[in-house]
Amino acid sequence: MISEMFQKLWDNGIIQMGIWETIYMTVLATLFSYGIGMPLGLILSVTDKDGIHPMRVLNRILGIIVNIFRSIPFIILMVAMLPVAKFIVGTSLGNQAMIVTLVIAAAPYVARMVESSIKEVDAGVIEAAQAMGTSSFKLVYKVLIPEAKPALIIGSVISMVTILGYSAMAGTIGGGGLGQIAITYGYQRYNNDIIWVCIILTILIVQIIQEAGTRITHKTDKRIS
Amino acid sequence: MIEIKNLNKSFNTANGTIVALHDISLTIQDGEIFGIIGLSGAGKSTLVRCINLLERPTSGDVILDGKSLTGLPQKELLQVRQTIGMIFQGFNLLTQRNILQNVCYPLEIAGFKKKDAVKRAVELIELVGLSDRQKSYPSQLSGGQKQRVAIARALATKPRYLLCDEATSALDPNTTQSILDLLKEINKTMGVTIIVITHEMKVIDQICDRVAVIDNSRIAETGYVSDVFTNPQSDIAIDLILPKANTTETMVGEHRLRIIFDGEASSKPVIANLILECQVPVNILFADTRDIEGKAYGQMILQLPDDTRQQERVLSYLKVNKIAFSKEV
Repeated sequence: MISEMFQKLWDNGIIQMGIWETIYMTVLATLFSYGIGMPLGLILSVTDKDGIHPMRVLNRILGIIVNIFRSIPFIILMVAMLPVAKFIVGTSLGNQAMIVTLVIAAAPYVARMVESSIKEVDAGVIEAAQAMGTSSFKLVYKVLIPEAKPALIIGSVISMVTILGYSAMAGTIGGGGLGQIAITYGYQRYNNDIIWVCIILTILIVQIIQEAGTRITHKTDKRIS
Repeated sequence: MIEIKNLNKSFNTANGTIVALHDISLTIQDGEIFGIIGLSGAGKSTLVRCINLLERPTSGDVILDGKSLTGLPQKELLQVRQTIGMIFQGFNLLTQRNILQNVCYPLEIAGFKKKDAVKRAVELIELVGLSDRQKSYPSQLSGGQKQRVAIARALATKPRYLLCDEATSALDPNTTQSILDLLKEINKTMGVTIIVITHEMKVIDQICDRVAVIDNSRIAETGYVSDVFTNPQSDIAIDLILPKANTTETMVGEHRLRIIFDGEASSKPVIANLILECQVPVNILFADTRDIEGKAYGQMILQLPDDTRQQERVLSYLKVNKIAFSKEV
């Protein structure tokens, strides 16, 4: 049975807005997270002691920073990073501020994801490329990234779904989206059906992301013939 | 010409220092096919990686056409590597690139224009007989085909040297044969100097001019394949080339004689003549001969009758006919 509350939210376009805000926050936060996490992950894998250009000190320092950010629970990190959001986007409220905190939380996660994808590239292929006189720099963009592409795509889907989960938590401290609707209209006003609607919508969005990711991977991975 | 001078390589591991190569000196002449054979763990893969400095030697030098490689700055070293092709046991093709793109790869690195790179790659793919598979991906090819692509890729930049690291070890005998034929053809028609690392006698036997036997991080012996095969000096070479010593231990009976064929003698019916002339019924316990560059080499273990006079007749026949032999104990 659909409650009055749901009817009202739907008629006022709040649910629709929530879906849009969730997608908007997730997509933008994922893009920015990769903007930071991708280079960071590449540096981590390349400078590793078994990497193509070992740099022990740099690797250690970056590793520790990444680990620190990854070990703080998101809900706490989010609150702690609000001043940073205010500094960057001029406000500590709303979706833009939430995107900043999401990126700070997700970028280290993305970095580890990218690092492990790059490390999966066959050492023999790297060796062959080196034997052909490939410089470390070219090795990264001509061999490591293309060879790791399927793993990178799968990783980006996992990251995106994780960021989607984080974005729901942003609803508790002033962010928008389905998480905020579930908390304000569902949990705080005792409308269980609103919570369930938000859950179902979230599941749908995750499914769509997952399916699209799988298809893209399958299409682009040349190891599957 | 590649000169390897007093090369040492050791690895530092958690369990202490491991010596992979000990005082290796070798000279590889232009145009030859040089084999390096040894058991696994002997250090041969490390040795071949020291030639193009994929592994940095701990000490010693590698001199390519008079130029010392160990002192080169990174940039120049990368250029030198473009003149040394390399193929591997695991093929190591780029999985996300098709065959044409794989062969184009070294040309891209060498800074060729796309059009020229494609033209050269197409030629090479034709040379290795895979023209109809240009758009295929490595996952769609058999092992032998993958190695052909790897060879085409290794030759793309017209290298003067080709390093083969166990290039046929993952292939079946027929495919091995076709890859060896291809390597030999490349050596003959393009004049590419080839260095072959293997643990298989057959590979050395079939394509190499000279061979270095490597054992326990050291070179046990070096020489022309025909010399080393007929007259191995080191224990490891004897082990690898001649039938295992323990095959005689398990043989019953006394008065065993090992006859060594040196190429010419085996074109004659030596054993048949011996039996006819000496009137001695000998028993062939073991025989193993190889065809090396058109000549037969090998050895045979005979058991002689108990009668000492018959034995002496056989021994004197062998001496008179200058057939090498040794008494087995």
